[in-house]
Amino acid sequence: MLTVAGVSAGYGSVPAVHDVSITVGEGEAVGLLGANGAGKSTTLRAISGLVRPTGGAITFGGTAIASMPAYRITELGIAHVPEGRQVFPELTVQENLEIGAYIPAARAERRRTLDLVFTLFPVLAERRRQLAGTMSGGEQQMLALGRGLMLKPRLLMLDEPSLGLAPVVTDIAFEKIREIHAMGTAILLVEQNAGRALALVQRAYVLESGRVVLQGSSAELANNRQVQAAYLGL
Amino acid sequence: MLTAVAQAIVNGLLIGGIYSLVSIGVTLIFGVVKIVNFAQGEFVMIGMYISFFLATRFGIDPLVSLAVSMPVLFVIGMLLQHFLIRRVLALGDMPQIFLTFALSLLLMNVALLLFTANYRTVETPYSEAAIHLGGITVAVAKLIAFVVAMVLSLVLWVFLHATDLGKAMRAAAQNRDVAMLMGINPDRVFAVAVGVSLALAGAAGSLLMPFYPAYPMVGQVFVLMAFVAVVLGTLGNVTGALIASLMMGVAESLGIQFVGADSGLIVVFAMLLLTLAVRPSGLFGGWTR
Repeated sequence: MLTVAGVSAGYGSVPAVHDVSITVGEGEAVGLLGANGAGKSTTLRAISGLVRPTGGAITFGGTAIASMPAYRITELGIAHVPEGRQVFPELTVQENLEIGAYIPAARAERRRTLDLVFTLFPVLAERRRQLAGTMSGGEQQMLALGRGLMLKPRLLMLDEPSLGLAPVVTDIAFEKIREIHAMGTAILLVEQNAGRALALVQRAYVLESGRVVLQGSSAELANNRQVQAAYLGL
Repeated sequence: MLTAVAQAIVNGLLIGGIYSLVSIGVTLIFGVVKIVNFAQGEFVMIGMYISFFLATRFGIDPLVSLAVSMPVLFVIGMLLQHFLIRRVLALGDMPQIFLTFALSLLLMNVALLLFTANYRTVETPYSEAAIHLGGITVAVAKLIAFVVAMVLSLVLWVFLHATDLGKAMRAAAQNRDVAMLMGINPDRVFAVAVGVSLALAGAAGSLLMPFYPAYPMVGQVFVLMAFVAVVLGTLGNVTGALIASLMMGVAESLGIQFVGADSGLIVVFAMLLLTLAVRPSGLFGGWTR
């Protein structure tokens, strides 16, 4: 469904990723692991169109998207939940969710999707009239996830959903991500916490200094000595 | 004495309504597009001349020609965003300031060339009319202008809070990149924001025409007050700009009444300096509530 082929991208003249190739199949959950600054976020930003790739090709459902503006890529069904949540702080919870279903296709089913999101995240229903910026980090992460879901995406890209969250809150967030995946949405998960990520995804890629250095099934990577030493703290 | 104070407050509130249309336009462009439009006053001037010519050539009442000046300025705003502002957005503050400042000078001088420096007035049946309420005189033309200004502000508030495009505009103002991830085309939202801002300036122009003369530099009178109100009301905050505009109108009016006819602005700027010293970020919170 998603094919990233030999993509390079970066900011200014400094490339942050070189020749990165990854794929995500329909309904698959795939991880993108690596240390801080390895190029994980840049890879997601290149896919969603926030960074223009300087080389390589990206296709989604057979459509070439590497040169499309971000708002057009969204219309194809890629939801990108950015690093640090980035909810709209001065919109209410409900307004944030409504904006998540801004594209016409999602707007048509907005009421039903909203009910679904409120069922999945009861805390958002309770706080629907609250300004998003006044919520806790964990609640904002739930809102960012819910806002991504409002698009009814075929692919949900999550950038460090555990960032800055207490372990118990991270547990809840990952449980929700698991439920979303079980509903048939493909997931591309960027995560520094490799243990948690490998427990959720079927396959993963390991990035180092902007390049893919390892890839394989979750089981293979979890048993790989290099991964264990560098990312699993074993 | 009490009557004089009440009269000054009423006068201030009425003219504050006009200031609010100008300042809401400035703060909306700043909040959404992140650019300071120094030419906002010149669009008030264009609105005035549109109503002036429709009144003198076709006998159309300025309140009716509001229906012309607003859409014309909306389109001018969309074109301004598309062909000029969009091109300087990535270039930093200086080119943006030069662009809108140059536009202000250009529009004033083109108006001088086309319309001369003469003061142009429009006489309407209600231009001299007034309502007397217990010693207080309320000029009908100013009252109409105030009421229409408040209605337009309310319509804008409803647009920003109850429509998808309005919510998209607030979202884009808060985080442009993430707004794009929601499928919002920022170019389109920015063009609408500038269009709406200029339409409000045009409305201010038409509403002024029954009681205020049009001349090429007239925009400067209003843009100065608007900028004070925008800063006091917290940059980018529409409701803040509205309330601060009414306050500035009253402050100016009280200054004229009790300090001296030429001293209204002294009170206004004293308030500005005091506010900047005590609360540099303005009296209200961030972007539009």
